[in-house]
Amino acid sequence: MNRWIDMGKDWLETRFPLIEFWNDHLAKYYAPKNLNFWYLFGSLAILMLVIQVLTGIFLTMNYKPTADTAFASVEYIMRDVNWGWLIRYMHSTGASFFFIVIYLHMFRALLYGSYGRPRELLWVFGMLLFVLLMAEAFMGYLLPWGQMSFWGAQVIISLFGAIPYIGNDLALWIRGDFVVADATLNRFFAFHVIALPLILVGLVVFHLIALHRVGSNNPDGIEIKAKKDKAGVPLDGIPFHPYFTIKDMLGAVAFLIIFVFVVFYYPEMGGWFLEKDNFVPADPLKTPEHITPLWYFTPFYAILRAVPDKFLGVMCMGASIAVLFVLPWLDRSPVKSIRYRGPIFKVALAIFVISFIALGYLGTVAATPIATNFSRLFSVLYFAFFLLMPYYSKIDKTKQPPDRVT
Amino acid sequence: MKIMYALCCAVFIALFSSVTFGATAKHALDAANIDPNDMESLKRGARHFANYCMGCHSASLMRYNRIGQDLGIDEAELENMMIFTGAKVGDLMHISMDAEDAKQWFGTKPPDLSVVARSRGIDWIYTFLRSFYKDPARPWGVNNAVFKDVAMPHVLWELQGLQAPNYDTLKGKDGMTRQVISGFELVEPGDASPSEYDLIVRDIVNFLHYLGEPAKSTRLRLGKWVILYLVLFLVLMYFVKKEYWKDIKKAH
Repeated sequence: MNRWIDMGKDWLETRFPLIEFWNDHLAKYYAPKNLNFWYLFGSLAILMLVIQVLTGIFLTMNYKPTADTAFASVEYIMRDVNWGWLIRYMHSTGASFFFIVIYLHMFRALLYGSYGRPRELLWVFGMLLFVLLMAEAFMGYLLPWGQMSFWGAQVIISLFGAIPYIGNDLALWIRGDFVVADATLNRFFAFHVIALPLILVGLVVFHLIALHRVGSNNPDGIEIKAKKDKAGVPLDGIPFHPYFTIKDMLGAVAFLIIFVFVVFYYPEMGGWFLEKDNFVPADPLKTPEHITPLWYFTPFYAILRAVPDKFLGVMCMGASIAVLFVLPWLDRSPVKSIRYRGPIFKVALAIFVISFIALGYLGTVAATPIATNFSRLFSVLYFAFFLLMPYYSKIDKTKQPPDRVT
Repeated sequence: MKIMYALCCAVFIALFSSVTFGATAKHALDAANIDPNDMESLKRGARHFANYCMGCHSASLMRYNRIGQDLGIDEAELENMMIFTGAKVGDLMHISMDAEDAKQWFGTKPPDLSVVARSRGIDWIYTFLRSFYKDPARPWGVNNAVFKDVAMPHVLWELQGLQAPNYDTLKGKDGMTRQVISGFELVEPGDASPSEYDLIVRDIVNFLHYLGEPAKSTRLRLGKWVILYLVLFLVLMYFVKKEYWKDIKKAH
């Protein structure tokens, strides 16, 4: 019997590197044994991607991407399609949860310096994924064709109009019409269901290939590959499978409990996940009182509104995301992890977190003078975290990290 | 990390206390206090909706027989109770009023009410239907405290009667005084007593709430079982993980 199995394995392995792949990326891929709670969000992001793709496929079977039918087809899914309401709520809640997971995943990188040498490219791939995810979410939000879908898209696309000379033509080109209309809905649908997900999945593969080349960072921010045994296995490394597959599954189940709790009991999340105005069909003649993007865009939206000039605002919003790309080269600290960083970095990170959340809040409220002034203050602090980093990360009093993980 | 937490707390308290006070004076909403599990209330609401609302308002995302299934009304009774147009029980709840005519008569097309409970909220509708008041300046002789200069006539006036507003004079932050509607006084009694009328409106709101998301009761009923299943799975996974990681902890 065993002989037959061996022969089968042999036959397969000479034709397709399945076992080799399994070993290289799971059974003999060594991850630091001290990875903590914060390291769950990477696998949770993959889980969210899978949920979004699967529910998305079933939604696509019943959704109709035309201006006349889109709104009604979503309610058709909610009422007439068996379990359609569950699939739709998983997808709509999934969008918000995807961003929660990604923001925590990125924050983990900030905490432990996971973007630092030799993981710069890993970070850059991750940032590209983040930008793509924002595009994916933005285009997906147009599809229900509610008031907020329509006016949110109208506002955001009109931002391109602020670019000198080519702006208006560019906005027209993106919309395919003079206002957001049927043509816009159709192309956004194409981007949302095929173009962007394809690139997204491809980039996830790149992100993982880059990760497996350099190996995971860890809460101590030291390289486990520096200390290996005779067989070349890192002393502080343990095989990804079964240890981290099991641990990630435990994390996934815990996460799913929170996820399904929201799906079943608070799918609207008090208007944060599904906005009230989006239950009114899109009407190009009626502007809602208060147009806000969904919560995951609001920090950047607040930066946009903080700047009095529209074009400069757009540039600042772009810069607030662009600056994240160069983070690996802004950090001059000799240590990676917050555990061994000095007080200046800790305070700077605290101020950054506060600024980001505060901007997120300010992006949702009406732009009163007080709110705008606060937005300006926090925008400055947001940028200061990055732009002053080459200086303060260098002069900070760091502690000596241990040789082995703790 | 302690510095981080302390800083976070301090700034948020400062921020929220200063930004949130800008709320504008709007007519206060009364709580609808509906019971979505009260089938009798939902049936009464469905009947009222068909009789009073569907002359002008469609619910074109909903099918008649779904209501029948969910509220336990058989098809013959459903046709009797809700369908006055010759539509079939499996049809969507369209109305026969022409959109262009409606524009001529009211100035705007009466909105479809399929998901109105989700866009407006139940308290808003409850208060809206109880806040029509006499205003000779308006084309239908009524205005509304919640929706100023609304194009809709007071369809339920025979039941409620007509009420006149009481005003309060408020001094705003800018030093200007404004007249704000503080309450109503019934000047022409209707067929229903005030408490009966509130009940009628509550039933309609209950039905609209159901209409906004027919699967909601299924969702709420099912959720706890899904969570229970996952919690059991979590406990299992916890011990599996502990078993696997036993060796790692020892080596450390």
